Amino acid sequence: MDGLPHYPLPEGVHPPLAFPGYRSTALRAPRRPLVALPHGLTELTGPLLGADRVGPDDHDLTVQHGGEALGQRIIVSGRVLDEGGRPVRDTLVEVWQANAAGRYRHEADTWPAPLDPNFSGLGRTVTDAEGRYRFTTVKPGAYPWRNHHNAWRPAHIHFSLFGRAFPQRLVTQMYFPDDPLFAQDPVLGSVPAGARDRLVSRFDLDATQPEWALCFTWDIVLRGRDATPFGDDDD
Amino acid sequence: MTERLGLTPSQTVGPYWSIGMTWPDGADVVPEGTPGAFWLSGVVRDGAGEPLADGLVETWQADPDGRFDHPDDPRGPRPPSVPGFRGFARVATGPDGTWRIRTVKPGPLPAPGGGTQAPHLDLSVFARGLLDRVVTRVYFADEEAANAADPVLAAVPADRRHTLLATPGGGGYTFTVALQGSDETVFFAV
Ligand SMILES: [Fe+3]
Repeated sequence: MDGLPHYPLPEGVHPPLAFPGYRSTALRAPRRPLVALPHGLTELTGPLLGADRVGPDDHDLTVQHGGEALGQRIIVSGRVLDEGGRPVRDTLVEVWQANAAGRYRHEADTWPAPLDPNFSGLGRTVTDAEGRYRFTTVKPGAYPWRNHHNAWRPAHIHFSLFGRAFPQRLVTQMYFPDDPLFAQDPVLGSVPAGARDRLVSRFDLDATQPEWALCFTWDIVLRGRDATPFGDDDD
Repeated sequence: MTERLGLTPSQTVGPYWSIGMTWPDGADVVPEGTPGAFWLSGVVRDGAGEPLADGLVETWQADPDGRFDHPDDPRGPRPPSVPGFRGFARVATGPDGTWRIRTVKPGPLPAPGGGTQAPHLDLSVFARGLLDRVVTRVYFADEEAANAADPVLAAVPADRRHTLLATPGGGGYTFTVALQGSDETVFFAV
């Protein structure tokens, strides 16, 4: 079992588990140091989830009910790659988000913004052979969350990805360019400064659909396999 | 080695993850009716000892032969020895912090660098207040000989190893995750 590939974790990318500005971390972030886990077969593999998890309208969050969802129609698209730049193909991408008013269709979300009967805020798709994904949705609104005085989450879409190996599992959030709420948000602010921009999508005029929808482009990069002599980077 | 792209940072799943990550069959590592299947159940607690009522647990494991139906298994992918075996589960923690999955015991695995890893599952917890998932391993308390030879358990301080053991009972196994506290679960950097 020598010479197995592994998925090194670069420093300065992920937020620390304990981040005082985000209050809920206080009782939830483990206090003891993490123990290193050499990557064995359980880590070199992972669930290969794909098209069998996706329904026909799952990529278009604006048409999942009888009428069209309210709000600014947008297309969110990009590629899923690994750190080596290789596309991660045929992989499940799941998203969820607030509606245009900033309200989630969830029993725990009770702030007084309207629900939209034509918007659930759930999307699923699989990447194509080049690692591309694409959703049609509406731009989510900002919402208050009581973490600190006058706390507002910047508009964001939650993303969940598996890749093909356990260390590639990623749940994250995509933001929109130039949001004035960034500076007061400890969730985005928990990310090391050098990596924070990677969570912000780019407005893409070229890809915008005339008379139809604005387009935001966001590429997602999952952990890459080590390319040392031990690695078998055969694909 | 070529230049590497910047890895996308993790963010919390927040309180509303169930909109996007709930599956009706999420608990089924193996289908209902599978011979030998049992419930692996557990509870997740926070640093105040309170149940984690809005968390998500995911598990990943080998089949009973210790094989993966995956192209990166160097022994070659092989269809699972149990029909309908998915290897993966994803379940919510309830108001009392509990969760459960229907599974079968995985087989032992060859360890990197030699030796054998005892039967285990990798387990991730996601929740509001966790900016990244936390990862632990579920071993089985009734696999004493295999556990004693497991190189991952051997690297964990002896007085904390018990936090990685699921205990048999009620026709299945139970496993406690303590995010903090004097008996904090061992979490791994993956
Ligand atoms: Fe959110």
